[in-house]
Amino acid sequence: MRVMAQIAMVMNLDKCIGCHTCSVTCKQTWTNRTGVEYAWFNNVETKPGVGYPRRYEDQEHWKGGWMLDRRGRLVLRSGGRIKRLLSLFSNPDLPSIEDYYEPVTYDYDNLVSAPAGKDIPVARPRSVLTGRPTAITWGANWEDGLGGAPENAGADPNLSGAWAEKVKFAFEQTFLFHLPRLCEHCLNPACVSACPSGAMYKRVEDGIVLADQDRCRGWRMCVTACPYKKVYVNHATGKAEKCTFCFPRIEAGQPTVCSETCVGRLRYLGLLLYDADRVGEAAATPDEHDLLDAQRGVFLDPHDPEVRAAARKSGIPGDWLDAARRSPVYDLVMRYKAALPLHPEYRTLPMVWYVPPLSPVLDAVDAAGGNQDDPDHVFAAVTRLRIPLEYLAELFTAGDTDVVAGVLMKLTALRSYMRERTLGETGDEAVLQAVGLTAREAEDLHRLLAVAKYADRYVVPAAHKEDAAALTAMENRCPVETSGDAEPREVMLGLPTLRRNHTAGDHR
Amino acid sequence: MNDLLLWVAVPYICLALFVVGHVWRYRHDRFGWTTHTSQLLEHRWLRSGSPLFHLGAFTVIAGHVAGLAIPASWTESAGISEHAYHTTAVWAGSVAGLAMVTGLGMLCARRLLTRRIRLGTDRSDKVLFPLLSATVLLGITATAAHNVFGPGYDYRSTVSVWFRGLFVLQPQPEAIAGAPLLFQLHALTACLLFAAWPFTRLVHVWSVPVGYLVRPYLVYRRRATPASAPTAGSRTSSATAPRRAA
Repeated sequence: MRVMAQIAMVMNLDKCIGCHTCSVTCKQTWTNRTGVEYAWFNNVETKPGVGYPRRYEDQEHWKGGWMLDRRGRLVLRSGGRIKRLLSLFSNPDLPSIEDYYEPVTYDYDNLVSAPAGKDIPVARPRSVLTGRPTAITWGANWEDGLGGAPENAGADPNLSGAWAEKVKFAFEQTFLFHLPRLCEHCLNPACVSACPSGAMYKRVEDGIVLADQDRCRGWRMCVTACPYKKVYVNHATGKAEKCTFCFPRIEAGQPTVCSETCVGRLRYLGLLLYDADRVGEAAATPDEHDLLDAQRGVFLDPHDPEVRAAARKSGIPGDWLDAARRSPVYDLVMRYKAALPLHPEYRTLPMVWYVPPLSPVLDAVDAAGGNQDDPDHVFAAVTRLRIPLEYLAELFTAGDTDVVAGVLMKLTALRSYMRERTLGETGDEAVLQAVGLTAREAEDLHRLLAVAKYADRYVVPAAHKEDAAALTAMENRCPVETSGDAEPREVMLGLPTLRRNHTAGDHR
Repeated sequence: MNDLLLWVAVPYICLALFVVGHVWRYRHDRFGWTTHTSQLLEHRWLRSGSPLFHLGAFTVIAGHVAGLAIPASWTESAGISEHAYHTTAVWAGSVAGLAMVTGLGMLCARRLLTRRIRLGTDRSDKVLFPLLSATVLLGITATAAHNVFGPGYDYRSTVSVWFRGLFVLQPQPEAIAGAPLLFQLHALTACLLFAAWPFTRLVHVWSVPVGYLVRPYLVYRRRATPASAPTAGSRTSSATAPRRAA
């Protein structure tokens, strides 16, 4: 067992109103620079919809993520090492700027510098790539709120089954929800595995996946390999850039910018401990429907004394283990099993998970003349209304509708029970029992999902900078060398001496 | 005097710039060390132009190593007759040269004709593309004029002797002084190209990721160390190196 810690995120999709505050604050922080105008480390998509970049979920076309070859071995869909090196000169599977959109700015200056006249001056759009006036024909969320969905949303790669034929993009019959997306900081990152120069890496301490700007040589294989298309080429610097999970904030114990500014308070940040030795095996699980359980099987219980001993042995500080025990992500992913990964079938073991939205089902209940506060009506809808369910299953469970139905029923039961309690009634615990929750657990989950206090949503332990300093000392010199100075100097022993404090603190 | 300047001073200055320039670039501008891909902005011309140019270039470079660095006496003692060498060189060289010229032509065309790429072209590219084009065109013209359509010119007894002389520190400017003008111009632009090399995107040549073939797929790294860490004796550039991550 090789225990590693990962800072992970869960998003409660029922609360997302599609305000794009996360995207905008992220952009202001990270990508308001020349070369990445088109890039959104965080973006919010309308679903059903084609996504950003267009049809990025169509891996037959874009070749992202991993797959099993004929002999059941885990291989990158974009090909093996030799094929990758042969396509260095021209990457056949790289999205072009048109697949994202042509970034524009506006002639703001015209608003103030136009001569006095009868007409009100306007600010025309201008391409930032060519500097010429342009027509805006596409964007990162072009079909916002299903606008233009009749023409475009049919191209959503998730609408592939026979059931999808029935999806009508007529406003009165359809459903929609918003899907905020950022880098998944996967346990088995395809981008890292495809980087020829070894510039991309997963951090040992917190699992954040980064692109080293000094080592990147612009081979652009990461863009193809990432099935979520969350690595971008900066066309001004010629280097790959991606979501950093706001590591300077995370290291300081603060939530990411997208989380901090989320108006709907739908994001959760916390630690997950996992067994790095089992990652490869889990990613190579033969049946796609078993991938969710396989990934959950990689996560370790931070309350288990054996896990904690192994974690301390692999250098995870005591306060991080405390944080892992209080992690809201662990609760949602493992304890209540309310959160699901986005497209587990890409086999990257993504680490940004989602509580699937109940709202498409509730809308359907309303449309069918049912009462959305009656759990029986909702349960019936969950099992009978195939369309939203099949769609959600395509996104979160590789098409396994039973798992999504289970989570939605859990949310329905929770909703109805807590509604009764809030109205001063006793609450029907039989509904809870049907979905495997106790009254106590229901109140916990309700507090986490509905009340969602800041301190409950974000449990981010600060990084141990003093360890980093000790490590530098270890890397650059022999631990027992003498400095050559006349004065006696302490021998640098790095980590163990520093960790001892935390280990002691752990026994308090 | 003129020969001394052109065929001894200029090559050595260019070589010195080549070496010192690389050291400087690696120590001070690792962030700028990249292929500077523009495939995102234009991919149709690149699709055929770039592989043509690169594969052609590899063959051409191999040919130059064979023709310049290996003395004729060595190939003959290995049993390769002058005629066999000449025929192979002309044929392989012509095909590879044509591929390289076509590819480079396409790459230049997209850079000039695609406005997005033209606007993103920096100063180093504005030196590199003309210089590289001139070198390649002069080289292929020299081969065509003298060895494909002409009577044949044995550069191995003149240009190659001068070239090897530079590296064994016994410069022989007189060896190339009598060579045809096209060969001389080709040699001079090549010298300038080597001088410009470290300051352009050509540095990506040294980053050929052969290590990728053997390294494990997943790369784990410890957190970047703070710059204030006690790293006595380490250069500043190495302390700042891991900080840029996005």
